[in-house]
Amino acid sequence: MEYFLQQLINGVTLGSIYGLIAIGYTMVYGIIGMINFAHGDVFMVGSFMALIVFLALLALGVTFMPLALLIVLILAMALTSLYGWTVERIAYRPLRGSFRLAPLISAIGMSIFLQNMVQVAQGARVKPLPPVITGGYQFGAADGFVVNVSNVQVIIVVTTIALMVAFSLIVSKTPLGRAQRACEQDRKMAALLGVDVDRTISLTFVMGAALASVAGLMYLLYYGVIDFYIGFVAGVKAFTAAVLGGIGSLPGAMLGGLLIGLIETFWSAYFTVEYKDVAAFSILAIVLIFLPSGLLGRPEVEKV
Amino acid sequence: MTEPLLSIRGVTAYYGAIAALKGVDVDVGEGEIVTLIGANGAGKSTLMMTIFGAPQARDGSIVYDGQDITRTPTHKIAQLKIAQSPEGRRIFPRMSVIENLKMGAAVTGYAHYEADLQRMFDIFPRLKERANQRGGTLSGGEQQMLAIARALMSRPRLLMLDEPSLGLAPLIAKQIFAVIAELNRTEGLTVFLVEQNAYHALKLAHRGYVMVNGQITLSGAGRELLEREEVRAAYLEGGR
Repeated sequence: MEYFLQQLINGVTLGSIYGLIAIGYTMVYGIIGMINFAHGDVFMVGSFMALIVFLALLALGVTFMPLALLIVLILAMALTSLYGWTVERIAYRPLRGSFRLAPLISAIGMSIFLQNMVQVAQGARVKPLPPVITGGYQFGAADGFVVNVSNVQVIIVVTTIALMVAFSLIVSKTPLGRAQRACEQDRKMAALLGVDVDRTISLTFVMGAALASVAGLMYLLYYGVIDFYIGFVAGVKAFTAAVLGGIGSLPGAMLGGLLIGLIETFWSAYFTVEYKDVAAFSILAIVLIFLPSGLLGRPEVEKV
Repeated sequence: MTEPLLSIRGVTAYYGAIAALKGVDVDVGEGEIVTLIGANGAGKSTLMMTIFGAPQARDGSIVYDGQDITRTPTHKIAQLKIAQSPEGRRIFPRMSVIENLKMGAAVTGYAHYEADLQRMFDIFPRLKERANQRGGTLSGGEQQMLAIARALMSRPRLLMLDEPSLGLAPLIAKQIFAVIAELNRTEGLTVFLVEQNAYHALKLAHRGYVMVNGQITLSGAGRELLEREEVRAAYLEGGR
């Protein structure tokens, strides 16, 4: 039981990170119908931004962790948003109205570019962050097995929940969110009602990148090391999560992320760690056979 | 007539290589109801969208309130107090009736949102009953009312309506025409109306234009046009 609880906690933590990245995939897909293959690498850039700001703060002698974390969070979000905005501006917007595959190819190019850029600028070796947040809580020591909840895990889950609530509110309640949904449902009509479609799409990329950078920071805190290649696997997993939950659906991305995190963790814990990815992708395949539009996605209906 | 509110001169528009508008001249004066009638595929809806810059006119000019908007981006035009209830109604299907109306009010910065919402519910009581229902679940007539109400939420000076009677029961169509006439009379709202239902449209309008194959072939006072033999032939036989 304690073992199960421990894995549950680990799975939720991992799932939070996937969920945050998955939101970026799903929002961009919702609004322009394209898979932003560079999104995983924006996440990677986000983790590097977080690392750089963190090291700078430590060098400056900021050791009060809540403050340092807050500064890192805000700066990493801001800087990575700039990347998300730029990627859309130079690699996707010029191709809008072109054939469907063009932005997809351009996205793969962007992905490779970002990886190589970071590799050249930061080096190919793994970059460590000294363990800045330590400690945690322990439960259920009675029969010998201790359930550990580290402070990092608490921070990850709480931040994720807070951000997901905030972003859900933005999308469902604010004029910006309404404009985003309007663009998603009928871009031409949105323009007829005075919505600046290009700006709305840009802001969607900015929001996705901001969340990815938070995921990057979480990843950095959780694993302690990053390199220029982490965006690929994390990106594929988060994309899987978005598809599993139903691409285009915001709650779907969160649910999908959580599920992929849990499946991976439980499979590693109870079966073989080598096949954890097989397990995650198999579940995806099985779900898609029975629910082709994902768990919470809406079926493609012909427009009338 | 003094300077018209909307003045379209020699406008051409293309879909690829196909000319949809071949040099169109139309004037809409402040406070007028002007109708454009014509058969399917004559280019009426294209003209409506071209006024909004989607697609942009290739040649000619469109001047609104003294300002050349021929090359203005669509969303900027929408901020000039022109509103359109477009062809096919284009209700946001996965937004509630209220949210659809909020989208209409966005250009005003929601300045008079509560009052305007109340006003729409007075004009179209059906929308109040459906307030929290998704747009896509409304009937055709309700969607038409919503499309017009959404356009009115932006407090336009010029209201453009593309086939507001299409697919509606005659009684509801009549109701909608009555609302348009009422808004024009009491508030001086300028209306540019595209219709296939030429009889009703010409009876309602001060002036009318007839479009055939992307060109204006006739124009004149509404009732006068209604008397003309060519007009009767054009809309009864579907033009040439």
